[in-house]
Amino acid sequence: MDIALASTWIRAVATAVEEHRDQLTQLDAAIGDADHGANMSRGFTAVSAALETFEPATVGDVLVKTGSTLMSTVGGASGPLYGAAFRAAGKVLTEPSASPRQLVEALHAATAAVTQLGAATLGDKTMLDALAPAVTALEEALFHGADLAAATAAAAKAAEDGAHATTPLQARKGRASYLGPRSIGHQDPGATSTALIFTTLAAVVAAR
Amino acid sequence: MKKFINTPESVLTDALAGIAALHPELKVDRDNRIIVRADAPRTGKVAMLSGGGSGHEPLHGGFVGPGMLDAAVPGEVFTSPVPDQILAAAKAVDGGAGVLFVVKNYTGDVMNFQLAAELAADEGITARTVLIDDDVAVQDSTWTAGRRGTGATVFVEKIAGALADRGADLDKVAEMAEKVNAASRSFAIALTACTTPSAGRPGFDLPDDEIEIGVGIHGEPGRSRGKLRPAKELVGLAMNAILADQPLNAGDQTIVMINGLGGTPLIELYVVAAEVAAVLATQGVRIGASLVGNYVTSLDMAGVSITVCRADDEMLDLWAAPVATPGLRWGH
Repeated sequence: MDIALASTWIRAVATAVEEHRDQLTQLDAAIGDADHGANMSRGFTAVSAALETFEPATVGDVLVKTGSTLMSTVGGASGPLYGAAFRAAGKVLTEPSASPRQLVEALHAATAAVTQLGAATLGDKTMLDALAPAVTALEEALFHGADLAAATAAAAKAAEDGAHATTPLQARKGRASYLGPRSIGHQDPGATSTALIFTTLAAVVAAR
Repeated sequence: MKKFINTPESVLTDALAGIAALHPELKVDRDNRIIVRADAPRTGKVAMLSGGGSGHEPLHGGFVGPGMLDAAVPGEVFTSPVPDQILAAAKAVDGGAGVLFVVKNYTGDVMNFQLAAELAADEGITARTVLIDDDVAVQDSTWTAGRRGTGATVFVEKIAGALADRGADLDKVAEMAEKVNAASRSFAIALTACTTPSAGRPGFDLPDDEIEIGVGIHGEPGRSRGKLRPAKELVGLAMNAILADQPLNAGDQTIVMINGLGGTPLIELYVVAAEVAAVLATQGVRIGASLVGNYVTSLDMAGVSITVCRADDEMLDLWAAPVATPGLRWGH
């Protein structure tokens, strides 16, 4: 991944968030407060604007800028969590291009940051349920010799599966947890937006 | 959706413009989205700062003024403020004696205020945080994000705010805030869902004869759904939950709030108030002070929350101290 691809990815995420804004809002209405679509849209709109005038020297610069902008514009829990994730990933990628192996390391750092800040574990019905399996799938695919396109496609599939698998879970973190057993039967909005970020990554890598 | 708005995206900034236009005693920074006392910073006084998602008005912006908060940081509707915003407010009100962050216990608020406290420390500002978690409808703290902060926030902001006004140091003010929170319990029941401007339709569907029991203040459904019953029975249900969690003894003094969630007529709040007073009277519990009205709302939700604080003489004295804010005003 080079700077151009990273920038393309983030801009494509902004477009995807806009396209899925209502879906994210509806999912959040069921078990939260119906603002995930609006919050993610506000954040990534600000990110797109920030990247317009930004001159990154490394792949990490793009991701750190993304994270910092999300942290200062989104609010809620998703602002700090996505902000910390992108910033942590960006801090690992200190060169103009990143190898697939470095990308895996960056995503491990992102997962660690989310886990530390959110104190969630797998199965709590959070974004971690999409993020962690995606990183594992990416790493395994690369280990078995897949190229970046195939590996990111595997990661996207794992993230989507992870998001779908949150439906039968009872939320144990965040606002959905207040519903107790009533949170069962609804897909987690945070896991869904995380899956969106990975499907977008796979799409921009494949289109290259 | 029918609302008095210009666009869903501009609700907060448009409302801030209204506060700026009609409350010269407050300074509104529309870029940073902060509301501070016009005479801030007050040198040597502990600064009281609170904030959270918008949609709960008059909480928190309506409680900025002498005797209560020095600053409020409103986030988007039902979304916590961001760290930069909280830091800007802390810098605007720190008079050298430190800043107390009054934070309702929600995942997003806790994270954003924690990040802000770290940024403030980097700038040499001492910030302490007190978490408000009074909602007994959240029963299981092991498997949830913990109890929500609701009505007790008003009690904490008023009582700790009065103590800060009297010149107490940061530790003393924080200790009092924690004490008030620990002595307070709340429970809420909703008759309707609320509609956020960005979603444009009610957060959940509720048949005409059903109610949501144990709701929070963000339009999310409650712990369970039930049939509508007379106010006496609904209050009984709420008071049972409150008193089961914190039993009161004959002779105890309390501060009680009967709070509308935004769409409940005052006459209904007084019907509820009568039932709350009756329940407390049968237990020999005294109501030393009370509030009836809309103080911690959930946009246009029809519903009521009941908050009971077991108060000692010092708390009652601080409660009665003068306050001059858009939302609470007496003794001036």
